[in-house]
Amino acid sequence: MAKRGIALVTAASEVEQVQRTLGMRFDVREVSHRFELRGAPLLVLDRVSFAVERGEFVALLGPSGCGKSTLLRLLAGLEPATEGQLTAEGRRIEGTDPERGLVFQDPTLFPWRTVWDNIALGLEARGLLRSHSERVDGALKLVGLSGFENAYPHQLSGGMAQRVALARALVNQPRLLLLDEPLGKLDSLTRMTMQGELVELWRRSGFTALLVTHDVEEAVLLASRVIVLSDRPASIKAEVTNRLPYPRHREDPHLMQLRRRVLEYLSMDGAL
Amino acid sequence: MASVGSLSAEAAVRARTAGSAASEHRIAVWGAGVLAGLAWLAAAATTAQWRDVMPWDRTPLLATLEAVAGGMLILIAVAGPQLNLVTEKLRALGPWLAALPAMLTVWEVVTAKLGLLPLPFFAPPQSILQVYIEDWHRLGASLLASVVLLLPAYFLGIVAGFGAGIAIGWSRAVYYWGHPVLRFIGPLPATAWLPLAFYFFSSNRTASTFLIALATAFPVAILTSSGVSSVNSAYYDIARTLGANKRFLVLKVAIPAAMPEVFVGLFMGLGSSFAVLVVAEMLGVKAGFGYYLQWAQGWAAYANMYAALLLMSLLFSGLITLQFKVRNRLLAWQKGVLRW
Repeated sequence: MAKRGIALVTAASEVEQVQRTLGMRFDVREVSHRFELRGAPLLVLDRVSFAVERGEFVALLGPSGCGKSTLLRLLAGLEPATEGQLTAEGRRIEGTDPERGLVFQDPTLFPWRTVWDNIALGLEARGLLRSHSERVDGALKLVGLSGFENAYPHQLSGGMAQRVALARALVNQPRLLLLDEPLGKLDSLTRMTMQGELVELWRRSGFTALLVTHDVEEAVLLASRVIVLSDRPASIKAEVTNRLPYPRHREDPHLMQLRRRVLEYLSMDGAL
Repeated sequence: MASVGSLSAEAAVRARTAGSAASEHRIAVWGAGVLAGLAWLAAAATTAQWRDVMPWDRTPLLATLEAVAGGMLILIAVAGPQLNLVTEKLRALGPWLAALPAMLTVWEVVTAKLGLLPLPFFAPPQSILQVYIEDWHRLGASLLASVVLLLPAYFLGIVAGFGAGIAIGWSRAVYYWGHPVLRFIGPLPATAWLPLAFYFFSSNRTASTFLIALATAFPVAILTSSGVSSVNSAYYDIARTLGANKRFLVLKVAIPAAMPEVFVGLFMGLGSSFAVLVVAEMLGVKAGFGYYLQWAQGWAAYANMYAALLLMSLLFSGLITLQFKVRNRLLAWQKGVLRW
């Protein structure tokens, strides 16, 4: 799949052009968020501000439970922020929008639907299935699962299920893809393969990607920019830009260096 | 028993050696089938040869039927393997096919042959056979009446319970007002409403329909609402980010996700609908199996009662089997669920 991706992407400049037109720009301004936990308010986000340009691949890195996922839910429009403003292409984010896709750590495929019907969900919900059903086959092919149309989720491996979840988000051709630790539960081999596939998907499809992860290596390998968050309540600790061109190599010394820098921001020395 | 067992083993060995002698491709006879056939023949011999304590008209017929069953089984066991008649399913039934004539014979011996059990109350098999031959039209009419009363009422109950369950499971307001009522009224057995229902409704038939529907609706409503309200909220989140509206969330997320629990409710509802059906027929509607049972009790016609009970269990068990077949088809995506 990676090879096919490279073959299709002919020149880096062309990719950038596609991304500049298709991707979504969004802005998080002074956003704070509280939960009610047994009557007491719990602050999970503390005045977080950052902006992401069209076609960027940004990783949100922070310790487990720091509020990264909450930020994604706010951007997806699943809940409104307690304070502050979230805008996409200059418009306030109010409610969900098929232009902003979301992939969870669990594939959360609908067990009563086949792979094909799961991927078709977005088109079906929007009444586009009849006119655009070829997009389902396209998305299926994109994640390399052609031939598994009629399988049920319980018949899939973890990696395959997560690929279906990706295809389900991609069928709507989102301009922003929000990824909530999508590879977090996969075994390390599948995970490495899918990291490469994810980058290829992003490069080919031109969406803006926002990846939540607590894996430093993954963040520096995939993202063009890493935003480091503090422990709960999350606030931005640092931003690291990674100009290394794609496709990248895991063992690149530049990545090692970046990894060390990011770990320092997370106040860990990097050694176990 | 031991002699029969060794006999069949011998037969199997003989069949196998004969088979290998004739050709390598020949398939051995179905040993358990032969054994079962012999057991039926033994039952036939017992029925025919042993004198009854009092005369029953249908003793020869019972013996004939047992002999026919035995003959057919042996035929299938011997010739079946070549014709692919002995399927895996039939093979699995083997022990039951052999145990049935044994049980039938024990019943026959303690009633008709030895008279060990008090006679009018414990009817021998041939007397039940006689009931089917002589009273089939009344039994048939009862079957029809029961089905005609049960099915529409049951479907009414499903619709009401399913609708109420979805509303209670989905809407907070409906839950607030509906759930306490359901919890308070629901546990009342529908039969307890019988006297009131017969008073309020214009006909006993309408009253019975209402009660059967009520008995069905309660478990269906409880399990549907619990199914809907326990749907993983991540399913809703995903559907919403994909562009789903409220209607889609209810019809395409909540309901399919709740179906496994709905079917548990349908199963329970079907069971309680049977109970109410029989009681309603005994007390109000002058037709159906319940009425037949009561009539038989009045005349101390115990053989008729057994005959009716046998038909009832066939009907009810058949309906439940049918429902499970529907469920297995609809919920093929599920693994490891309640089995019937």
